[in-house]
Amino acid sequence: MTAVVAAQGLGKKYGRRWALSDLTLEVPAGRVVGLVGPNGAGKTTLLSLACGQIAPTSGTITVLGGTPAAGPAQLAKVGYVAQDTPLYPGLSIADHLRLGARLNPTWDHELARRRVERLGLDPARRAGRLSGGQRAQLALTLGIAKRPELLILDEPVSALDPLARREFMRGLMEAVADQELSVVFSSHLVSDLERTCDHLIVLAGSRLRISGDAEELLATHHRLTGPRRDPGRLPADQHVVSASHTDRQSTLIVRTTAPILDPAWTVSQVSLEDLVLAYMDTPPPAAAPRPVLEIQR
Amino acid sequence: MIWLTWRQFRVSAAVAFAALAALAVVLGLTGPGLADEYSAGLAACVAGSRDCVEFGQLFFRTKQDVFLVVSLIVLVLPALIGLFWGAPLIARELEGGTHRLVWNQSVTRTRWLTVKLALPGLAAMAVAGVSALLVTLWAGPLDEAAAQDVPRMTPLLFAARGVVPIGYAAFAFALGVATGMVVRRTLPAMAVTLALFTAVQVAMPLLVRPHLLPPVRTLSEITALDVEGIGTPEDRSVLVRVQVSGTDRWILSSRTVDASGHTVELVPLPTSVCAPGGGDDRPPPDAAPPRPRPAPSWLSACVAEMKRLGYRQEVTYQPDSRFWPFQWLETGVYALLTLGVTALCFRWIRRRPS
Repeated sequence: MTAVVAAQGLGKKYGRRWALSDLTLEVPAGRVVGLVGPNGAGKTTLLSLACGQIAPTSGTITVLGGTPAAGPAQLAKVGYVAQDTPLYPGLSIADHLRLGARLNPTWDHELARRRVERLGLDPARRAGRLSGGQRAQLALTLGIAKRPELLILDEPVSALDPLARREFMRGLMEAVADQELSVVFSSHLVSDLERTCDHLIVLAGSRLRISGDAEELLATHHRLTGPRRDPGRLPADQHVVSASHTDRQSTLIVRTTAPILDPAWTVSQVSLEDLVLAYMDTPPPAAAPRPVLEIQR
Repeated sequence: MIWLTWRQFRVSAAVAFAALAALAVVLGLTGPGLADEYSAGLAACVAGSRDCVEFGQLFFRTKQDVFLVVSLIVLVLPALIGLFWGAPLIARELEGGTHRLVWNQSVTRTRWLTVKLALPGLAAMAVAGVSALLVTLWAGPLDEAAAQDVPRMTPLLFAARGVVPIGYAAFAFALGVATGMVVRRTLPAMAVTLALFTAVQVAMPLLVRPHLLPPVRTLSEITALDVEGIGTPEDRSVLVRVQVSGTDRWILSSRTVDASGHTVELVPLPTSVCAPGGGDDRPPPDAAPPRPRPAPSWLSACVAEMKRLGYRQEVTYQPDSRFWPFQWLETGVYALLTLGVTALCFRWIRRRPS
């Protein structure tokens, strides 16, 4: 399978600050990718680079094998739902669908019309008078009906209430099921991703902390609990992601592909949320090799 | 893309069209009456006679206010276009974040900008062109009657007639768009656009237009008509101030020079030859005399004395016959400015970070 997004040493600088630096990753096709990280981690920057909204300061990024926003054909392949789901407040819902139809050769009008109908929206309603949830749904409709190969969503649900959030995610997952669609969406809430994503990218402090398929991540990360000890004295193939200590006890989250043999440890499963939080919490090890999981197929 | 641009522009277009239609109706209703009145007045007098000149001046003075208002419409229109069409065009998209929506449809930014500039830009030029044409036609009789007082080359009149308003409108629009891109907020962009455009419009007649073609320079004898004022500060001499009035030309500078070519502010003359008589020490009461009066004999003596001493008047000016060459030249200058600003817009959209 070809990569939907491939980045090599990707970096973006705003003024003197690196919003994203030295990012190398590959996202396989057909995944629903969750991009997680605290605010200011570089999520929006990465997604803007992927849709060609901005150009990288260093390194390269290819999306579906092409340079982002290189031409109409490339633009047609990538759908993008921007943060805060901008819409033209003066234009009606029908106008927005018409906009999509006029500006996209691959536009699926029937799909768009059905979605708006199912949402119970009056097509004559102005976009400026929609609720946040309705706005997000309309923006999603525009993104889906374009029939892209890759749909990128930047914090689509962060401003929505739980109900609207669930509705939105349901709409998104239906589209993924109906169309052969790869999705990359960002969130700072891990709970948004847990049910929907099968691939994760964790950014923190403008750097990539980890990326990989969810199952693989879960299979290679363990929580170790045991008598207090120095994490530096673990076997070389066990990378400590995070460590916390009480007077007598140590709790570590480690990444390893080998089984844990030391009988002193109680080994337990980590959840995706624990894993993400562990990576977001701790600064990247200065000298250690970057923790990128290779996708082996 | 054309559909979207039109959809976003149609309200502005409707407003402009309605205003233009209203202007056309008003000018269309009053224009023929104005022309009739003028031609009837001219028919009633002997061509070239004093009566005819008097009629022309009276005709112009009674309609001066409406003449000014109509000319002002053409003068202000380009600024309005830059303010309300140009500045918000991109700034509003950036402000509302909608550029992130539209730039991710299957249309490149360059194409998006091309269409967005072309449609309102051409409309702006059309509106300016039509309104200037309407006003030029309507004001024809008035311009002719006022030619003595207000030559067509006068900056205010020059900018409100002919083809230059088209150039102004195109430039104002492009300037507004570029400003909006840089400032990124609609209201400040409008303010900056107004300031920049006003600066250019003031700089043009002051600094650039006089030199579009080399001005004509003449050194001529002073006549009685040119004498603006005479003062007698001392008993033994009088001081004469000379100023030529501008008929059929746009005077750039006018100075009195003595026999050796030095500029003199006031011409000193001995009272023995030049004695202002009868208490009438300011011969023509108006700057622009209503009609050539026979000069009093003492004034002729003063003028003759100035001539004998070698005083002459040096005038640089642009003749009124250059009206059309100047119209085309200035439109060309504004076309170049417009192209330059438009090129900046395209450069910006290629490199701009989101």
